[in-house]
Amino acid sequence: MTDHFEDLHDAEGLTADEEKLLDELGLEGESRRRFLGQVGAAGFSVFALQLIAEREAHAAGEVPLEPAAERLPLENAVKVAFKVNGEQRSVTVDSRTTLLDTLRERLDLTGSKKGCDHGQCGACTVIADGRRVLSCLTLAAACEGKDVTTIEGLAKGETLHPMQDAFVKYDAFQCGYCTPGQICSAVALLDEAKRGEASYVTETTGNRPAKLSDDDIRERMSGNICRCGAYPNILKAIKEVHKGEETAATWNFAKPGLLDKEVDDETV
Amino acid sequence: MRYIGKEMSRVDGVAKVTGRAKYAVEYKVNNPAYGYIVQSTVAKGRISKIDTSKAEKLPGVLKILTHQNALKVEEEGRQFRALQSDNVLFCGQPVALVVADTFEQARYAANLVEIEYAKEEPSTDFSATPRVQTRGPAPRGKPAEEFANSPVKIEAEYSIPIEHHNPMEPHGATAFWEGEKLTVFDKSQGVYGVRGHLARSFNIPEGNINVRSLFVGGAFGSSLNVNYYPFLAALAAREVKRPVKLSLTRRQMFTGHGYRPYTAQKVSIGADESGKLRSIIHEASTNTSSYEEFAEGTTRFGRTLYECPNYDSPYYLLKTDLPTPTWMRAPGAVSGAFAIESAIDELAYELKIDPVELRLINYAEKDPETGKPFSSKALRECFTAGAKKFGWEKRKFAPRSMRDGDLFVGWGTAVGTWGAFQAPATAKIRVRNDGSLLVGSGTTDIGPGTYTVCTIIAAEALGIEPKKIEFVLGDTELPKAPSQGGSITTASVGSAVYGAAGEVRRKLLGLVDKKEGSPLFGAAFEDTELVDGMLRLKSDTSKSMRIVDALKEGGVEYVEVEYQSRPSAERQNYTTMAHGAQFVEVKVDESLGIIKATRVVEATACGRIINPLTSHSQEMGGVVWGIGMALHEATEIDHRYGKMMTTNLADYHVPVSADVFSVETDFVEEKDEIVNELGIKGMGELCLVGIPAAIANAVYHATGKRVRDLPITPDKLL
Repeated sequence: MTDHFEDLHDAEGLTADEEKLLDELGLEGESRRRFLGQVGAAGFSVFALQLIAEREAHAAGEVPLEPAAERLPLENAVKVAFKVNGEQRSVTVDSRTTLLDTLRERLDLTGSKKGCDHGQCGACTVIADGRRVLSCLTLAAACEGKDVTTIEGLAKGETLHPMQDAFVKYDAFQCGYCTPGQICSAVALLDEAKRGEASYVTETTGNRPAKLSDDDIRERMSGNICRCGAYPNILKAIKEVHKGEETAATWNFAKPGLLDKEVDDETV
Repeated sequence: MRYIGKEMSRVDGVAKVTGRAKYAVEYKVNNPAYGYIVQSTVAKGRISKIDTSKAEKLPGVLKILTHQNALKVEEEGRQFRALQSDNVLFCGQPVALVVADTFEQARYAANLVEIEYAKEEPSTDFSATPRVQTRGPAPRGKPAEEFANSPVKIEAEYSIPIEHHNPMEPHGATAFWEGEKLTVFDKSQGVYGVRGHLARSFNIPEGNINVRSLFVGGAFGSSLNVNYYPFLAALAAREVKRPVKLSLTRRQMFTGHGYRPYTAQKVSIGADESGKLRSIIHEASTNTSSYEEFAEGTTRFGRTLYECPNYDSPYYLLKTDLPTPTWMRAPGAVSGAFAIESAIDELAYELKIDPVELRLINYAEKDPETGKPFSSKALRECFTAGAKKFGWEKRKFAPRSMRDGDLFVGWGTAVGTWGAFQAPATAKIRVRNDGSLLVGSGTTDIGPGTYTVCTIIAAEALGIEPKKIEFVLGDTELPKAPSQGGSITTASVGSAVYGAAGEVRRKLLGLVDKKEGSPLFGAAFEDTELVDGMLRLKSDTSKSMRIVDALKEGGVEYVEVEYQSRPSAERQNYTTMAHGAQFVEVKVDESLGIIKATRVVEATACGRIINPLTSHSQEMGGVVWGIGMALHEATEIDHRYGKMMTTNLADYHVPVSADVFSVETDFVEEKDEIVNELGIKGMGELCLVGIPAAIANAVYHATGKRVRDLPITPDKLL
């Protein structure tokens, strides 16, 4: 068995430096030998489980599926009725519960994200009565009678909201975690512009231009942090929806077609 | 190439813009309980008393775990493990875990856990910490002697504060047991690492554990190491016999997963008057914890950067009563480059040589460290392309010589490098007779677009439209692949997918090549290709067969292969690296000290680009990280208490939309047949490496002020 490992080890072709670095990066190293012993043993049965993860993980057990909050007497229980994505919902919550946790933990709307829980990152942004609000700083108890739209409520069936389309088109995200908040902010921003509301950088105070400048959009979107750094693409997406302006790609191949050509020459 | 090198929207894009993509604590599980961590309020000492009685009496509280009642695990090196003893090693250490029916109950109960400490004086002040030298490479040539003899000398010291990753998704896990079987949804960059850790913790076979990370809301290195909380989530789930969701709060993240260490550097450069480098001595010190040694190789990449015969790079560690640092995007490389590439700029001004020119004078044609050739290195072309796009020739050399109205304009440049690594990886492909195609590998996608690029590679190699392919990852049930980090994923997993596709072709051919009358009867494997859903001869494309027909012909429902790719032996004869030239424009309002990085051009030579759309997004991300590092980010510590103070997103500043302007990328593709079959190098770190130095150099050009201590906040310019 040891010999087998050694053989594989030698065949790997990592230089000593690479091995050391990968080890230092925590990517390989000690674990590698165990790994080599396992190749071929992994099952393939889970393929059906994956991508969108709409299929849920259910733990076994006799207890009901709902969170305990649905069943147990709560301290300071508050009953709240409000509209979510056009649907009338009624929940009894602990008075300390935020709108964000109500959406995520009680209404199974996990599209609204918890990034900081302190109103500092914007990931939890939803639209309430036409205005963007930070759902982590909004108590559910304060939402009686409100009309709340979350990321799940923007698409009409399988037809995406234009802002969702534009975010996909311009690759206005990477990990996707801030994305629902960015999109809700962006959608609400369009209405703020229509209403003529000023931001910190809006230049005119009288007759405001109907369309926002790039700086104005940047300013208005600065409450939504994107740690992957997709800001320039987010701007492009919003501009397209807000002004119908398509933005050209900001990348190019310095020697276009170089590899394509050479490789094709070889393979044909 | 039909799909490779073309723009393609993310295959998981719709899931992400509709909120359907599920992250670690978003899975609907049966009757979940919620965990909330209690942290130490002192940095050093012992827990002398811990009283959970008040908290336990609260409605909904199910269990409170402390070091007194938590499962003890075998030591794994000196990695921190939660709730194992009364010993306090850093401020913010988890000292109890409350589990309750609701999040609100758990959070409140956590406040009622009463703890007394036998405090000791913590040591976190880097300037007062004795440094310990670590092992490093031997000096090249005679650096000290040659430095002393050089006619032109630069000596400067640089510092970088502790920085935190701050991915948008807080670290968290959902854990549940079904008998002896444990399932954990974790925010992880490597599901296999988490599985091994849990197996050793609970002393159960790895086969009994399934770890999944289907979507990860950013990580940047903070989920490379297994963090302490998945064990706590699993332990709590076992104790309360229910699924448990456990998330760190934003504040808890600052002490929960490591950080980029504090870095102090001294660079001494000796050159002759023509600009030729004679000697570089690059000294670095980074902090670590009292219980673990973490060194990130701050001085590593500098050694291969320039043709310089004499080089030394001593590296020291500073032991502090803080948690252990960890890898954070472009670990070591970006910190080292800030010092080296700032110092090179200082030398350029000392010599009055254009900064680009000086770098080309000292261009390393082969690896100066080992003498090996580079497998490819189009850095010169990056400078040409980048300078042209940026308009560098219009730059006036003198500081304070360019203006835009009241603003001072500065243009700076720097080089970025990162290794083109590859690690063994395994992928599996199943082609079914209904035309559907599944491809899987147990890596993760923390945001760069691995789902998409692996789909593209599979589509290219299998001759099937991307939309017909489902690529899956992030599950220990899938074949093993390395963790996502170090910019190795596409080269490693992409190669595995590519190799597996070749094996699919071999198997398909094997179904039909022995049947007389088959168009592919007697065909040689090398003469076949998969195009447009057909298996066909390269030499005579009229001899073809639909893949589904080949399966029918062979009387099988599906063909399945598993393939492991490994770095080639040939790589050993070369140094394999990715390079980039980075150009930055800043505009500085001197009366307020405000700096804006108004324009950035990244010229990048990192082999073949699979998807320029997502690659450009990574470049953009690297730039934004560079802006953060150069201008905003710092974790401040109150040394009296050994406590990190800026532990929220209002006090720890990361760039926002208003801080980021034009970012353009030139991909200078390289045809590199050495690195791997597809010629892929990584880029996720590379795009960040030179940016902080380029910004600092641009600030110098704008203002004449050389700021050597990051971040360059307004106070440093006034």
